[in-house]
Amino acid sequence: MQLKQIRFILIQNRAGKTRLAKWYMQFDDDEKQKLIEEVHAVVTVRDAKHTNFVEFRNFKIIYRRYAGLYFCICVDVTDNNLAYLEGIHNFVEVLNEYFHNVCELDLVFNFYKVYTVVDEMFLAGEIRETSQTKVLKQLLMLQSLE
Amino acid sequence: MPAVSKGDGMRGLAVFISDIRNCKSKEAEIKRINKELANIRSKFKGDKALDGYSKKKYVCKLLFIFLLGHDIDFGHMEAVNLLSSNKYTEKQIGYLFISVLVNSNSELIRLINNAIKNDLSSRNPTFMCLALHCIANVGSREMAEAFAGEIPRILVAGDTMDSVKQSAALCLLRLYKASPDLVLMGEWTSRVVHLLNDQHMIVSSASTDLQDYTYYFVPAPWLSCKLLRLLQCYPPPEDGAVKGRLVECLETILNKAQEPPKSKKVQHSNAKNAILFEAISLIIHYDSEPNLLVRACNQLGQFLQHRETNLRYLALESMCTLASSEFSHEAVKTHIETVINALKTERDVSVRQRAADLLYAMCDRSNAKQIVAEMLSYLETADYSIREEMVLKVAILAEKYAVDYSWYVDTILNLIRIAGDYVSEEVWYRVIQIVINRDDVQGYAAKTVFEALQAPACHENMVKVGGYILGEFGNLIAGDPRSSPLVQFNLLHSKFHLCSVPTRALLLSAYIKFINLFPETKATIQEVLRSDSQIRNSDVELQQRAVEYLKLSSIASTDVLATVLEEMPPFPERESSILAKLKKKKGPGAVSVELEDGKERGELNGGADRGGEAAIAASNSTPSPSSDLLGLRSAAPVGGPAPSAGSLLVDVFSEAGSAPPSAASEDPAPPLFVCKNNGVLFENQLLQIGIKSEYRQNLGRMYLFYGNKTSVQFVSFTTTVSCPGELQSHILKCIPSLTHTKPVEPLVEGGAQVQQVINIECLTDFVDAPLLNIKFRYGGALQNITLKLPVTINKFFQPTEMAAADFFQRWKQLSQPQQEAQKIFKASHGMDTEVLKAKLLGLGTALLENVDPNPENYVCAGVIQTKIQQVGCLLRLEPNAQAQVAPPPPPTHTHTHTHLCAHALDSHTASVCPSLCGSHCITHCTHLHVITRYCIYVKDPHRVGSSKSH
Repeated sequence: MQLKQIRFILIQNRAGKTRLAKWYMQFDDDEKQKLIEEVHAVVTVRDAKHTNFVEFRNFKIIYRRYAGLYFCICVDVTDNNLAYLEGIHNFVEVLNEYFHNVCELDLVFNFYKVYTVVDEMFLAGEIRETSQTKVLKQLLMLQSLE
Repeated sequence: MPAVSKGDGMRGLAVFISDIRNCKSKEAEIKRINKELANIRSKFKGDKALDGYSKKKYVCKLLFIFLLGHDIDFGHMEAVNLLSSNKYTEKQIGYLFISVLVNSNSELIRLINNAIKNDLSSRNPTFMCLALHCIANVGSREMAEAFAGEIPRILVAGDTMDSVKQSAALCLLRLYKASPDLVLMGEWTSRVVHLLNDQHMIVSSASTDLQDYTYYFVPAPWLSCKLLRLLQCYPPPEDGAVKGRLVECLETILNKAQEPPKSKKVQHSNAKNAILFEAISLIIHYDSEPNLLVRACNQLGQFLQHRETNLRYLALESMCTLASSEFSHEAVKTHIETVINALKTERDVSVRQRAADLLYAMCDRSNAKQIVAEMLSYLETADYSIREEMVLKVAILAEKYAVDYSWYVDTILNLIRIAGDYVSEEVWYRVIQIVINRDDVQGYAAKTVFEALQAPACHENMVKVGGYILGEFGNLIAGDPRSSPLVQFNLLHSKFHLCSVPTRALLLSAYIKFINLFPETKATIQEVLRSDSQIRNSDVELQQRAVEYLKLSSIASTDVLATVLEEMPPFPERESSILAKLKKKKGPGAVSVELEDGKERGELNGGADRGGEAAIAASNSTPSPSSDLLGLRSAAPVGGPAPSAGSLLVDVFSEAGSAPPSAASEDPAPPLFVCKNNGVLFENQLLQIGIKSEYRQNLGRMYLFYGNKTSVQFVSFTTTVSCPGELQSHILKCIPSLTHTKPVEPLVEGGAQVQQVINIECLTDFVDAPLLNIKFRYGGALQNITLKLPVTINKFFQPTEMAAADFFQRWKQLSQPQQEAQKIFKASHGMDTEVLKAKLLGLGTALLENVDPNPENYVCAGVIQTKIQQVGCLLRLEPNAQAQVAPPPPPTHTHTHTHLCAHALDSHTASVCPSLCGSHCITHCTHLHVITRYCIYVKDPHRVGSSKSH
């Protein structure tokens, strides 16, 4: 059994602008930039009839497109594709509730809050919390703090 | 629900972000950023002490600038200051900045760690979580050093809130992965495991508030997947009751997947199928439940034509691993038409790729011709990105399953015709090697290349193969006036001018070979060599060849010429270069998949694979590939010495007991490898060793894959292999000799995998497996692991098919007591026909169907190949479901081999059978009675001249 975990999470728009980058492995800055560009290149050429999975170096990317945004999770090749695909959707539903019909601009102006949302749901390369109710309750509580 | 407004709370930040977004050019953006940086710098340096809010705002701006891709070289101190704020929003920005822009400035690290320490002990769950998340996000060694002791305490403390425990658990995991030597889990393990029973833990439990964890009508899909995955870290449970419950769970999951959907939403079906696929992974991991494996295969079969591309893709992928299980291989094969259709019609290249992978995995002798034909026809239109891999796969399958080598030659020539550009050197070298090594196909090959070269435009690789083969074997078709020597020469030479320099050089060599083969072509060829375009060619290599060949043909006598230009000797086989290439192409990530591919055993290189010494021997005598494999027909029967090796017998199969204590506890029951060639040999927290081996005749090759499971490099990584037999008295005789071991690199990077190849030659029978010792330093500590390599005598079995009459005639001939060994043993928990059959096949013998008049019995035949002798073995297994426990009669005359067979079967059955206890109940009083009769044939009588004959 190999170590399986999330290697990184990226949110990018069609133009390739990164809206969120979360790294769960050590990469240096140049490497991160390269990864961001490569992911954009492999993901944006695919259409709706394609799978939501794409081989990527020695890993795979599980991604889903929402309007102009690509949510990508990089995991080990033997990991569970559908669990992460729905992990993405679960995350997007939380963002949607939290930002009240989330759009790309919300993620830009509130980038520091998006990190909090991610940390509530994914931590250390693992899925931390999947209950939308619980996550939103926690976010609401944090929101009320000064 | 909270609707968050833009830049909520930090107006200045929102304004700045808007400004950046309004910048029309990169230059404008940089200008705006520089202005802001100057502003922030002056604020930080100013006399006036900044309040928390301003500090937070400026640090957040710096972070934004960094995330835009600009360097930030100040502000760290202010961020650290924010950590000690008692306001959540300020603390949060501080921690975020540290997590994103961490550097190992030691002064700062100390301050950061101090702040974290304070928050961890604050008893404020929000602050504790912030601190834990920061540790988890940074995960550095310094942090592990500082907090590895503290976090387990938080994790198991009775008064810690659940959400904090969640974070603490994952935080610990991160530190453990990064620095396992610092996280001493020993004392905590049992208490952490206890948390699994805590109904609020692991994603806060499914029992109390299942509603919260139901996702589109699927209860706790992620938790289910995680648990199923966790089970894959363990071998199948030994306890029958536990096993039964597990099987029941897996059946329930398979049943649930068949129920009508509760929602039409894709989220519903995805969540359900995520669990299904994970359950199937577990079923494949156990690889012991034929029913479940076949059911899994059938359910995946339904997905093959599903309208969701994702499901088709995943079904193909999952079936690939099912194809490698002996239990489900046949079930997978029934979907061949659908898979071929997928290969032809899928829109997404990655799906077609999976279809091609699956065809490759389900290929065996029965369908090789169909699959190879389909792959070839797919190649005509295949995407460029996967052509080379497809070519390699076709070449491997064609070689592996070639029954008649003319089919192999046709296939490779077709490959060159269809996808010549993608046919690498390895592939066309290989066809030449095989043709050279097999005299039965040489004439056919010559005829076929001759025909292929008739095409007006043929690929240069075809010219190369054609030149080589006609140069060697053109004489075999020269009798036909349509392919007379001159016709052959003219045909080759008509391609000459279109070819590159290396091909021309090869053709020149073919020409000089022609002069030897066909003296009548000498004048014509000499004239060609003499022409200016050859002898004065600007290319040195071509010019030199032309000059030398011309001179050679002019001055050398016929005898000298015949000696110099003699037919090439058979090629010694060192490495299956094609397979190596495929692996390289697929990258290390794919190796683990390959590892599970149990179907590769022993047949990789077809009939032409002969290792070092064997090949040399063959070149000295007449090459007679595989014609005498049975040995039963050739060579005079000579009885081998019957070594009194009784005491050694047990050792092979009681590995755990005899292995050095350091490894004993972690030894994952190598008996499993008696009937298997691939799998995971060893695994602990640091290292995983995968093994993949192939055997042919008395030669074997073992690939060891050392995977570093940590993120830290292993240094001074060395491996040594030794044969314990060498230390014993019968020095030369008891060992598989390890003819060739390539050393591994001394550095193994974190997460990396290195490969080592060990070549094995079986000299004579043996009982003790070679030992593999691995030493490396991990985080300063020396690791020392000794394992037995799973090399057992049955690996050198060559299956032998024979008819009933034949079998019993031989059986009767081998009637002397010293030619027979019997063993009665208890099938530990039960047995299953399919399992037994698979084990017998795995043993390496041929399982002879419809031979024994009693259908309950199994009979097998095979020849054990060692360097000096062949041992023909006939084996009969008589299951006796009613027998009382009876002590096995002590065999008076025994021989190592027979005991090994029985032992192999015994121990393997024993290790596999617990799994069957729950589901199949022939069980507890089942006995197996094995009788093996054997006959030893000595290949080279000089080497064991003292052997008695029977």
